[in-house]
Amino acid sequence: MAPAAARPPAFASLAAALKDAGLAALVAFGCAAPMMGLRTVQGQGGLTLVPRFDTVAIAVAGVFVGRLLLHLWQHRRGAIRFNLPRVPGAGRAVGPAFAVLALVLPFIPGVGRYEVDLGILVLTYVMLGWGLNIVVGLAGLLDLGYVAFYAVGAYTYALSAQHLGFGLWQALPLSGLMAGIAGILLGFPVLRLRGDYLAIVTLAFGEIIRIVLLNWTSVTGGPNGLSGIPRPTLFGLNFSAGGGPGSFADFFGLEPAAIHRIIYLYYIILVLALATNWLTIRLRRMPVGRAWEAMREDEIACRSLGLNITMTKLTAFAIGATLAGLAGAFFATRQAFISPESFTFIESALIVAIVVLGGLGSQLGVAIAALVMIGGFEVFRDLDEFRMLVFGVVMVGIMVSRPRGLVGERMPTVVLRERKGIDAALVKEGAG
Amino acid sequence: MEYALQQLVNGLTLGMIYGLVAIGYTMVYGIIGMINFAHGDIFMVGAFSSLIALLGLGMLGITFVPLALVLVLVIAMAIAALYGFTNERIAYRPLRGSFRLAPLISAIGMSIFLQNFVQVTQGARPKPIEPVIRGGLLLASANGFNAVLSWMQILIICTTLLALVVFTLIVARTPLGRAMRACEQDRRMASLLGIDTDRTIALTFVIGASLAAVAGFMYLLYYGVIDFYMGFVAGIKAFTAAVLGGIGSLPGAVLGGLLIGMIETFWSAYFSVQYKDVAAFSVLILVLLFMPSGLLGRDEVEKV
Repeated sequence: MAPAAARPPAFASLAAALKDAGLAALVAFGCAAPMMGLRTVQGQGGLTLVPRFDTVAIAVAGVFVGRLLLHLWQHRRGAIRFNLPRVPGAGRAVGPAFAVLALVLPFIPGVGRYEVDLGILVLTYVMLGWGLNIVVGLAGLLDLGYVAFYAVGAYTYALSAQHLGFGLWQALPLSGLMAGIAGILLGFPVLRLRGDYLAIVTLAFGEIIRIVLLNWTSVTGGPNGLSGIPRPTLFGLNFSAGGGPGSFADFFGLEPAAIHRIIYLYYIILVLALATNWLTIRLRRMPVGRAWEAMREDEIACRSLGLNITMTKLTAFAIGATLAGLAGAFFATRQAFISPESFTFIESALIVAIVVLGGLGSQLGVAIAALVMIGGFEVFRDLDEFRMLVFGVVMVGIMVSRPRGLVGERMPTVVLRERKGIDAALVKEGAG
Repeated sequence: MEYALQQLVNGLTLGMIYGLVAIGYTMVYGIIGMINFAHGDIFMVGAFSSLIALLGLGMLGITFVPLALVLVLVIAMAIAALYGFTNERIAYRPLRGSFRLAPLISAIGMSIFLQNFVQVTQGARPKPIEPVIRGGLLLASANGFNAVLSWMQILIICTTLLALVVFTLIVARTPLGRAMRACEQDRRMASLLGIDTDRTIALTFVIGASLAAVAGFMYLLYYGVIDFYMGFVAGIKAFTAAVLGGIGSLPGAVLGGLLIGMIETFWSAYFSVQYKDVAAFSVLILVLLFMPSGLLGRDEVEKV
């Protein structure tokens, strides 16, 4: 029944490959025929079935050809390996190049409102990715409920603006603080858990937060969310589109334009993201950062050497959550409207995917992954319902073909004399 | 009192469904130590396959209810088994021996894929059906409230028990069951002794998926409405059940399923319907906190 399960695949002849592709096509037919071939449609007297066997035929043919090509390719290559071309020294130049590009982006000719808006979106995910990278990439704790802290930050800002009249800059530290506290609250119960259990509990925590936001209508507005969240100001200058006294355009003698506010938002998130990056790099050199990485590699060894695992885990959760809270406050001010719909599990999965695709621990990798993922989503915006389908396929495909992500190579934090990269194939997680 | 009795019956029925899904989690966790995150979606695929088979048989004119139900069940189990098998082949087998989080992330991708695949092919709207079996036994009646054990609930409980008996016999008596237990204890040793571990693992997924299809079939009959997103929450709850019962333990999975079903039903009946998922998730957190090895599980020994 199983398509010839030899691993590594060594097909003596084309016939064997054909046979295997045929079996794969048969399995594909079995899967596709009922689900794709018979669509349930709401008719007048209840549900009816509408056959669509043309799509099944296309799918089965696709699987057959794809499987055959895969075999032919593997036959030549031996195994699936995607090795990005290596240019010595290029790695060091890519990061600063990206940073410079990000700095000047709003002023590049031809870059309009849409591009800057997209830049804001990408940078938000870069910041979330870098924040989660501390928890997942450095400390090795898989957090599937990261979006909960993002939500805590966003709601903290929205509520403090509503009830206390706070602006973004007053609320930002508060959002970070509240999210950090939420991180510690989550951290305490899950201290003893590892790997998969930890992942599921964080997921449950994220769902609990979302359900509470959805049902605590008197405070959070329930499914309707909170609107009218104030926009950010620059030292008291507002960015109202009409201009007028006290506005940014009036103060600097410019023509009032909506783009000013967007560019301002862009620089806020850029500064927040770069600050996150700077913080991560600094933390990695501090004892706590080293403790995180040591814990990721081998928790038992750390405990034996007298490392305080409780504090190490809690700081990772708290700092990661604080960063998500800051990003959440920014999200709230950018949208001026938040509802629980923005904080679903899919968001968490997306951020985890960005971190994993980026190579778990690599700052540059995470930034590139965020650019690729969010940019890709934007490119395929028209294929609305197929977007998530492709996202799932990409996630599986990346894990299967390149489980260490785009930048799998690791640089050791502490070295004797010479700094040498550790190849992705040699990097492995201890406890997970 | 009658109200509580009714909740007990409802909780028992729901618990049976969770228990069947939980077995899939616990088996896979026992044998390869990973959480098959897509298992909840296999349950959803099972429910959709049942729906399609039911409608198909209706169009073919097979309206004799017992025969139709048996056929639907067999078809749904076969389709879900195929999905389970394919799932393992594509997303998990290539990652065996990779770092520990890799299969979990791949499973999340698979879960997202399956949900959206069904959404694209079958549409996003919930699918309602007419009740297939009506009526029931009156258990008790007082103050105008009737506690009823419906035929449907009897059917669900009996089908679950039958599936459990068959499944237990497979694990306890057949060569396949022996191979599965051997792989669970020590996969490398089992393969040294001539057990085809890849095949055993694939069959574990197949069995888990067909049990999930039984659960999906009964969910469809019991609630009469399904949608593409149902697998996510149901999957987490079934996983909670598996953890509560002690992961790796088969009777534990069923026991945990029953408890989660009861907790959810009683919580909805006496406290609030909106927070019923919070109740189940909180149980998960509390169990892992105070009783990480569950009710019937073994303590996990940490090896260095």
